[in-house]
Amino acid sequence: MSAETTTVPQEAKKESLFSKKNRRVLRDPLDDNNPITVQVLGICSALAVTVQVKPALIMAVGVTLVTAFSSLIISWIRDSIPGRIRMIVQLVVVALLVTLVDQILKAYMFDVSKKLSVFVGLIITNCIVMGRLEAFAMAQKPWPAFLDGIGNGVGYGIILVVVAVIRELFGSGSLLGYKLVPQWAYDMGYVNNGMMMLPPMALFLIGIYIWIQRARNPKLYNVS
Amino acid sequence: MHSNRYTFLYAIVLSVVTAVLLAFASEGFRPLQEANIALDKKTNIIRSVHQTTTVRAEIEQIYKNSITEMVVDSKGNVLEGKNANAIVLKEEVAKPADQRVLPLYIYTAADAKKYYIVPMHGVGLWGPIWGYLSLADDFDTVFGAYFDHKGETPGLGAEISEKTFQDQFSGKKIMQEGKFVSVYVTKITEKIPYGPEHRVDGISGGTITSKGVDAMLKNCVEPYMPYFATLAQKKQ
Repeated sequence: MSAETTTVPQEAKKESLFSKKNRRVLRDPLDDNNPITVQVLGICSALAVTVQVKPALIMAVGVTLVTAFSSLIISWIRDSIPGRIRMIVQLVVVALLVTLVDQILKAYMFDVSKKLSVFVGLIITNCIVMGRLEAFAMAQKPWPAFLDGIGNGVGYGIILVVVAVIRELFGSGSLLGYKLVPQWAYDMGYVNNGMMMLPPMALFLIGIYIWIQRARNPKLYNVS
Repeated sequence: MHSNRYTFLYAIVLSVVTAVLLAFASEGFRPLQEANIALDKKTNIIRSVHQTTTVRAEIEQIYKNSITEMVVDSKGNVLEGKNANAIVLKEEVAKPADQRVLPLYIYTAADAKKYYIVPMHGVGLWGPIWGYLSLADDFDTVFGAYFDHKGETPGLGAEISEKTFQDQFSGKKIMQEGKFVSVYVTKITEKIPYGPEHRVDGISGGTITSKGVDAMLKNCVEPYMPYFATLAQKKQ
């Protein structure tokens, strides 16, 4: 890949761990290139898991770790993967990682794994993971690929937590399981918003987030 | 481009490595996972009698001190020597009632009152549902209920594992004039031939799961009635 050109031997410049380029890789998915609101990936789980904050947080951590480590692994072996089975190999690596995470959850955090049992399988099919593998990890070195995975996972997590906080607060009157709306409010006639518990509400909230994000971020003014 | 032979070799090696890794993980974690599943079952049993602690040590203690396990059959006989926890409920409920082996859990509360916990197993929309129904010692009034599922839709069928759904059952009755009629899980507007103490509200949007709970209650609780009748006679 390296073209040995002219007479002056160039010293291969080693990129520092957190150089400007790597920091940009980490920072972009948080806002400018957010996987959910800009790349439009991973919407399904954003609707499903955000009824309460706790599963949303766990899911965000899970996706972050899976995307980061599968990006790392795929980037390491990217030159050896036969072209014809490229996507299958990516899928196998991701499925392996997610199954291992599921087994670990069942062994050490059983009540959490019960809540997430359906979703852990869905992480495999989360578009963010495959999307970043194809778009980034297959063409980049392992460390930037890892950072990209972390960045996208955290960007995904931000949206998940924002939506989950609103949905749990207005739909159940609590946050992380702790009741926040006092009993006197219920006695006075306040009712939990039942529609917040349904998935379409998450879609509306994400839409509003996109609206606010596009209005405030100049880089996104003319992105379609 | 990689050759065909390389592609084949790569695929085979990848498959083998993946299989070995997963096998190791599965076997390695199995003891921990099985302990968790056993604890989960105990947690659910005591939850049906309103013991809601999540502390492992407390759950174990409550179970050890207040729960008696036994096995009965549909004719009212106690089956000695059988392990209630070894019974696979899914297979038992598929048999006709008179061929079933019925596990039963008896909870003795702090005030020495006894509650009878009936384990249940049924079918929801996407997979199995199960639960525990606890009855007071009149074998008629429901003390509490616990339900769970494998893969029902969150917000819809999955609501059966929420406290608000389960709390509806407390105080409901399963008998009418000495006959077993169960508790109906149905839409508020649907008419049933019994009073409000024999019904709870189904889940909006979770009709099939609600019907599954309804059927599970009828199918799983009725075979216990002969045994409860013998207990009731003994009390007199």
